[in-house]
Amino acid sequence: MTRIHMAGAGGLLLDAADGPFSDTTQRRIWAASRTLDTYPDVLQTIPGVNNLLVTFDAIQTDPSVMEELLRTIWTQASAEEVPSREIVVPVVYGGTFGEDLALVARFANLTEEETIDAHMAGRYSVAAIGAMAGFVYLTGLDPRLAIPRRDSPRLRVEEGAVVIGGGHAGMMPCTSPSGWHILGRTDLCLFDAFRPEPGLLRLGDTVRFVRAS
Amino acid sequence: MIEILTGSSLNTIQDFGRPHAMAMGVAQGGAMDRLALSHGNLLLDNPMDAAGIEIVFFPFRMRFHAETSFAVTGAACPATLDDLKLPRDWAITARPGQTLTLRAPEQGARAYLTLRGGLDVPPVLGARSTDLKGGFGGLEGRALQKGDRLSCLAASTLRMPAAGYGLTRPCPLPPADRTRIRVLPAAEHDVFTPESLQTFHSAAWTLTPSANRMGYRLEGQNVLKLSRPLSLFSHGILPGTVQVPPAGQPIIQMMDANTCGGYPKIATVIAPDLRLLSQTVVGTPVHFETITRDDAVQIIRREAAELSRLATEIATLRTQLVF
Repeated sequence: MTRIHMAGAGGLLLDAADGPFSDTTQRRIWAASRTLDTYPDVLQTIPGVNNLLVTFDAIQTDPSVMEELLRTIWTQASAEEVPSREIVVPVVYGGTFGEDLALVARFANLTEEETIDAHMAGRYSVAAIGAMAGFVYLTGLDPRLAIPRRDSPRLRVEEGAVVIGGGHAGMMPCTSPSGWHILGRTDLCLFDAFRPEPGLLRLGDTVRFVRAS
Repeated sequence: MIEILTGSSLNTIQDFGRPHAMAMGVAQGGAMDRLALSHGNLLLDNPMDAAGIEIVFFPFRMRFHAETSFAVTGAACPATLDDLKLPRDWAITARPGQTLTLRAPEQGARAYLTLRGGLDVPPVLGARSTDLKGGFGGLEGRALQKGDRLSCLAASTLRMPAAGYGLTRPCPLPPADRTRIRVLPAAEHDVFTPESLQTFHSAAWTLTPSANRMGYRLEGQNVLKLSRPLSLFSHGILPGTVQVPPAGQPIIQMMDANTCGGYPKIATVIAPDLRLLSQTVVGTPVHFETITRDDAVQIIRREAAELSRLATEIATLRTQLVF
């Protein structure tokens, strides 16, 4: 059941989650986001994981009108395929670069090598972008590695950390606090505000992790 | 050209932020008290969103190296230009060599220094605001340090009385003993237990020292509990969102908040009251009052109309000044 919640006077959060993560729902979320972005009254759309945040200027636009538009566009949104590029991410696993590898292996009841193999075997999809600039929520993590986030976040996780948490995989685009578990490190620059396209990854891109040579 | 004489890790260049960058994961950012920045810019006949300095670390001192019209707005802090005391929300022209000093606020928490023309730093992703987390915007993506020199964008000389001028009604600040914040219910509001909702609305929540441009943590006697366990997918969140992590004490997302999160949300602070929260001093009791969306829209529209009326009045008044 899709729900639309208030996010202040100038925001609406459409929550289409229904049990486990749905790929089909996610493609509809992206489609609705693209359609809404063509409306001048829509300030921005932020696709989340099976949900969509829409912002608008409540000085000019009545929230009830925007809510109706959101509902209509969501109903019509189809789960169309989006263009997807494959991005290969080289990772140095374990050791000082992956301090939680042993912990995750114990949680999954695997050896460290098997844990790395399970992480590399995934074909991940960029479901959402956010939290920090250029951070991607990757779906497609081996369910055995779906370790909950840490009870208390680390105050400092280094840029480039390859992380998993709450059933998702990700990579740290900048040094920041994080409650996700660290498996390794990549050198890829995930976000640069001065590039023509600041973020390395787009919604719908496929990500594959390989061992850095 | 101005020169910063006092360093801090918290005083930053801010404008209205990046309202179109959230989809990239970039915080909205911008002045925590947008009204105060707007007032400062209006006094100087600048665009309302010209970049100024958000000052939260006092004393703040700076020197003018050229004749510059400036305004100090926001928190009520004793301000002096050399030995001249400046009233609140005041604009005046400084001569080269003069020093501006702002001391710790008597009321409020953030002061804004705006300068004629607005600060000339390169826009990044559509704004001049400093994004400390991302390390871009403002001056080299960082807080202002002793010795930093800043220029203003070109603008005609502003004619004003030698003693300057100011607003008869400075921007309202929260009283020292309590801040009242109006909120709308958010997505998981109804999943909290009835006792928790009662507590949320009736208790005094104390603003803890863990309060920065990303978020304000509050602390209360009783914690907020969900009536059933929830596991939420990550979703977009806006400044003003009141999240409740498992510990049960609310965190209010501020202008540099992460753009996505996963904690249950009990409420959202309406935009006009978020600036009041940003002017609230650590240790002050905060009270939440839930209003309807219609009321919130009316309040927001009334405030926008008042600001635009003020802009017209100042512009009219300026043409009537005689020298």
